[in-house]
Amino acid sequence: MSKLDSKIPPGPIDKKWTYHKGHIRIVAPANKRRIDIIVVGTGLAGGAAAASLAEMGYNVKAFCFQDSARRAHSIAAQGGINAAKNYQNDGDSTYRLFYDTVKGGDYRAREANVYRLAEVSANIIDQCVAQGVPFARDYGGLLDNRSFGGVQVSRTFYARGQTGQQLLLGAYSALMRQVGKGTVQMYDRHEMLDVVVVDGKARGIIARNLLTGEIERHGAHAVLLCTGGYGNVFFLSTNAMGSNVTAAWKAHKRGAYFGNPCYTQIHPTCIPVSGTHQSKLTLMSESLRNDGRIWVPAKLEDAKAIRDGKKKGSDIPEADRDYYLERRYPAFGNLVPRDVASRAAKERCDAGFGVNKTGEAVYLDFSAAIERYGKLEANVKKIENPSKEKITELGRAVVSEKYGNLFDMYENIVGENPYDHAMKIYPAVHYTMGGLWVDYNLQTTVPGLFALGEANFSDHGANRLGASALMQGLADGYFVIPYTVGDYLADDIRTGPIDTKRPEFAAAEKEVKDRINHFINNKGTKPVDDFHRALGKVMWDKCGMARNEQGLKQAIQEIRAIREDFWKNVRVPGKADGFNQELEKAGRVADFLELGELMCMDALNRNESCGGHFREEYQEMDGPQKGEAKRDDDNYAYVAAWEWLGEAGKAELHKEPLVFDEVKLTQRSYK
Amino acid sequence: MGNMKLNLKIWRQNGPNDKGKMVDYPVKDVSEDMSFLEMLDVLNDDLVRKGDDPIAFDHDCREGICGSCSLFINGEAHGPARGITTCQLHMRRFKDGDTIYVEPWRSAAFPVIKDLATNRGAFDRIQAAGGFVSVNTSGNLVDGNAVPIPKDDADKAFDAATCIGCGACVATCPNGSAMLFTAAKVSQLSLLPQGKPESKRRALAMVEQMDKEGFGNCSNTGACEVECPKGISLEHIARLHRDYLAATVTKE
Repeated sequence: MSKLDSKIPPGPIDKKWTYHKGHIRIVAPANKRRIDIIVVGTGLAGGAAAASLAEMGYNVKAFCFQDSARRAHSIAAQGGINAAKNYQNDGDSTYRLFYDTVKGGDYRAREANVYRLAEVSANIIDQCVAQGVPFARDYGGLLDNRSFGGVQVSRTFYARGQTGQQLLLGAYSALMRQVGKGTVQMYDRHEMLDVVVVDGKARGIIARNLLTGEIERHGAHAVLLCTGGYGNVFFLSTNAMGSNVTAAWKAHKRGAYFGNPCYTQIHPTCIPVSGTHQSKLTLMSESLRNDGRIWVPAKLEDAKAIRDGKKKGSDIPEADRDYYLERRYPAFGNLVPRDVASRAAKERCDAGFGVNKTGEAVYLDFSAAIERYGKLEANVKKIENPSKEKITELGRAVVSEKYGNLFDMYENIVGENPYDHAMKIYPAVHYTMGGLWVDYNLQTTVPGLFALGEANFSDHGANRLGASALMQGLADGYFVIPYTVGDYLADDIRTGPIDTKRPEFAAAEKEVKDRINHFINNKGTKPVDDFHRALGKVMWDKCGMARNEQGLKQAIQEIRAIREDFWKNVRVPGKADGFNQELEKAGRVADFLELGELMCMDALNRNESCGGHFREEYQEMDGPQKGEAKRDDDNYAYVAAWEWLGEAGKAELHKEPLVFDEVKLTQRSYK
Repeated sequence: MGNMKLNLKIWRQNGPNDKGKMVDYPVKDVSEDMSFLEMLDVLNDDLVRKGDDPIAFDHDCREGICGSCSLFINGEAHGPARGITTCQLHMRRFKDGDTIYVEPWRSAAFPVIKDLATNRGAFDRIQAAGGFVSVNTSGNLVDGNAVPIPKDDADKAFDAATCIGCGACVATCPNGSAMLFTAAKVSQLSLLPQGKPESKRRALAMVEQMDKEGFGNCSNTGACEVECPKGISLEHIARLHRDYLAATVTKE
């Protein structure tokens, strides 16, 4: 049954990658020129991979649906990127980063991949510095660090609140350098709509030129999907409006198994929903939890008064505030991992302590940090007996220097000054740990089809730690795929160019065109967003922060009904042969409507709680860990890899057992 | 739902070769908590329900960082507020009964694709001409801390690097110049020891490409700096001038 060979190299964990690099096949420089590689997506993983592979001598075609490669959604990552540099002399090491990541992922990640990630993390920083990425530096001119959740060291490198932007622009500049040289052909405003499989191997893609509507065939010896995550299945998320699952889902339908689809990261600190018009949610970086303290009123009557507008947060005296993360998790406090922080917020709000109109918000308060920094600054500036106002002024300046752009962003959206009033935040969908199943070489179950970055499932288990997505995207793109793709392509040095006139290309193209024509000709009445919103609500209510058997079963029925309604009643205006944004959306939502069901099936199958997957039936009922997630390592220490069986809702489960040689499986405790 | 009523006048243009015109769209029930683009979403939703063609506009991250969104709103790039993009503009900036003019970026180098969406591919080509450090991916580079960079230089380079490539500077400039965009990249890399060795070559190549794309010349009006959603300073243009001058003087 199982085609799942993870191809983990032999040897001790710290020698595996070195051993593998020394033993896999490579392609000689002269032969690289004979090989074409398609890279779909130009975020950190795709941009880095496309640039690196072109530098090595391969012919690369890069695709993105945005109008420029520089706009991929990696650009929006705020907080930072982890690397085991141990510049702070605080006991960090490759092993510690590896350990923290496996533990943070609630012991559902593949050890060998995570170790490699930690191993190459330091190279990433060096590479980015060499490209001219302006990381934050201290007065000595050296790189600065901060702390993120789930760890007890400072290993996060950053560029104010715009680290993703700076890293992506670094990768983009490397990519554009190759575009200028003609080694990368760039296809922007192109959306991949199918993978073409010939004789069991991925040999190209079908893409739509979004400007002209033309359906194009592109052949290559290998296809790399670097297409990000699928958080937009929830309609509201911190993802960009265009972020979608289409490329990965088409690959799934062509034979690539989908790994752990139910593992979704709900980020604890986002700006709460303000109304039905809401199109997306905005993250407030985890870095804010370095200095912000999260609380709700300790008394129900205070929470009610705040909701009714009769009291403000600042009216609640210190003694009547419940800093619930500090109370429940004294060892990590406000810097517990994201899944833990999100559930704790939901628990307080469900119990009636929410602090905005909808009852779904908690405070993220900087007043203590402003005072602390203000006093420090007064010392530095030798101001004796500074007034309260002076301390606040000095403290605000420090907070502004660190987080200014985030505070401005908050004020723009909410219309309230977060220096004067504590921020109101609530969890929101942010990242998906699940994705296409890949082996150690990042190859999916379709030979020649690879998945990198958020699009694969491999490194974060059931919960990703903050500042690790950027690390993984760049690790996969700069330092993993350039080696591992060669092992596959070594067989292709004599293949010659891929002929796109083959019947497999024609058949895939016809399927794509038929579907587009269906949308255009459908005599429906409702816009695409109606269905997307309905799907999002089902997913959030029943497959979100907390899940249970009954809800998931209901969700599957509801999603099927929405899907049926969608195909009958969706209205897509305009034409197929031109710029048509509603048509683009329709195709993406059609895929979300199938993926959503698989996510529920996966959540239903996993009768345990781990990381971002919290099944209400499986939690500690008493003792010091009461209310915490309860894993079942005897029965669920595996990767769930789902095989498409020809129609939505039909999928076969394959299991990749997770073997832990290095890290001892224990209950994750942050107390 | 909110209770603001607005009279929108929006540029409609079916394709690059269509003439285009302003069309009136009265909208109601606008909430002050909506972003400007969410207000347009609501209008588009209504248009689709009525069987009309929705208004095309570029947008993606909706948090002011991807640089996709554009729009000339009441004659100003990204609307009346400073330091933000259109997607961050909220309707509380407007009053009930307001008339709002919405137009695309207008520049010869940014042709209209449809309605409010324009083609900004010229920026990519300027970047490809020299907006990089010529370093390949390598697992064996010097340590990131091997060369200390004065904090002030790193901070200034960062400020330049925050450019999102939206094109507001070009759209705002009376000459349609891309000087601020180009200068931001030249300046960022020139300020850092890693980018310094090829700073002259870079300045020449990027300016040459900029001219080729049909952008106008810079006449120091400073309008770009005012409308830049990221507050990129004119100081970077001065730095570009220095690199460019040095390059032309020493060119062989």
